[in-house]
Amino acid sequence: MITEYNKIGAFSVLLRVFKRDIRIAWRRRSDIANVFFFFIIATSLFPLGLGADPRLLHAIAPSVLWVCALLSCMLSLPRMFANDYADGTLEQLIMSNQPTLLIVLMKTLAHWVLSGLPLVLVAPLIGLQFNLSVIELQVLALSLLLGTPTLSLIGSIGGALTLGVRSGGVLIALLILPLYIPVLVFGAGAVNAVFVGMGASGGLALLGAMLALSLVFAPLAASMALKIAIE
Amino acid sequence: MNWLKYSSPQTFYPLAGKLVPWFAAGAALLILYGLYIGLLIAPTDFQQGEGYRIIFVHVPAAWFSMFLYVIMAAYAALGLALNARLSYMMASSIAPTGAMFTFVALVTGAFWGKPMWGAWWVWDARLTSELILLFLYIGYMSLQAAIDDKRRADRASAVLAIVGVINVPIIYFSVKWWNTLHQGASVSLTKSPAMASIMLKGMLIMAIGFWLYSIAVILLRVRREIEDRERSTALLRNFRE
Repeated sequence: MITEYNKIGAFSVLLRVFKRDIRIAWRRRSDIANVFFFFIIATSLFPLGLGADPRLLHAIAPSVLWVCALLSCMLSLPRMFANDYADGTLEQLIMSNQPTLLIVLMKTLAHWVLSGLPLVLVAPLIGLQFNLSVIELQVLALSLLLGTPTLSLIGSIGGALTLGVRSGGVLIALLILPLYIPVLVFGAGAVNAVFVGMGASGGLALLGAMLALSLVFAPLAASMALKIAIE
Repeated sequence: MNWLKYSSPQTFYPLAGKLVPWFAAGAALLILYGLYIGLLIAPTDFQQGEGYRIIFVHVPAAWFSMFLYVIMAAYAALGLALNARLSYMMASSIAPTGAMFTFVALVTGAFWGKPMWGAWWVWDARLTSELILLFLYIGYMSLQAAIDDKRRADRASAVLAIVGVINVPIIYFSVKWWNTLHQGASVSLTKSPAMASIMLKGMLIMAIGFWLYSIAVILLRVRREIEDRERSTALLRNFRE
């Protein structure tokens, strides 16, 4: 099946990489659902721990939702390359005549569709439980829409670096969370800015800039890390 | 003189051994002299009183926390580009010293912050990004330690070190980009410094002392690393005269 990759066009190869990841994930639906429910449970822990003061919950909502989005995204990172690495598919993909860079990009896109996009869709609903206003919910969804792809992109570096490493899951947290901090600061910052009456455009623009930057550099670093891992 | 001669562990090992005492002695002298200027000669600050004297340790330590990270990433990049073992050994030997200076900068900053700001710690852009730098050093060292295959550990952590370099300009410019509590730079190459020249002198002498100290410790660590890696080969036998 892999050898026929060499005969067909570049675009359709990339499309197949993407579709394949989605299909495999769909066959193990519970994996996606677990991360999704983790997000919902983790966010609902805060009102339980802090008490039900609506003003306090309103004030912390952007940070809580963003921190939980960071953690749920990180939980699903080992899945990005680990199975393909274990069964040898990854090696074949890298040895195919398609640029590793684009293959990484497709797998990252699949990861975002499976773990980032659901969070973007459900976050406004959870925001309602924290008394966020309509404009705050819109900014929250927009900030997550711009920020979660960056999380998947940066995360691909961590997923690639920790392939086959013992206690890789904990190590990913150690490597990737520091790099996630700027996304958290400006993502939650954009929503907080609306809260205090300043415009969200500054934070959103910086999230967009980080997305553009990581779109260029993260697949580069990740494909380098993958090549190191399969040697 | 052919400097590339020293790019192989075999020739570098004895050279490093010869250089370490000189750098160590220089470091001890300069740090003692710098402390003498900082603690006894430099005048009391009219705003901050005696408390400001911590800057003679704090500022050079903060400089070296960033500088050493850049040097570490540069060696990591050199290692990836030329596949040179010694470059990787240099990079992994720099990390603990860099992490130590980051920690010292954070702790001395806390000592300064308590009397001046009234808080050991504030979540200000420069403090937070310096903390991220410490996390990056720790991540680098953990990744290196987690991979058993030395060659792969070197190369994987090199990629991580290069990715982390993006944090260094963020720390450096954070006081300009954001209105932070942390004061801006008092020393710059283009303007005349905003401090008495004796204070500047003390700080620069401390910085050079820290530099020599870093070189001495890093060279020692590279020697241990070479011994560790080449234990099985016949190489080491030639080193012991």
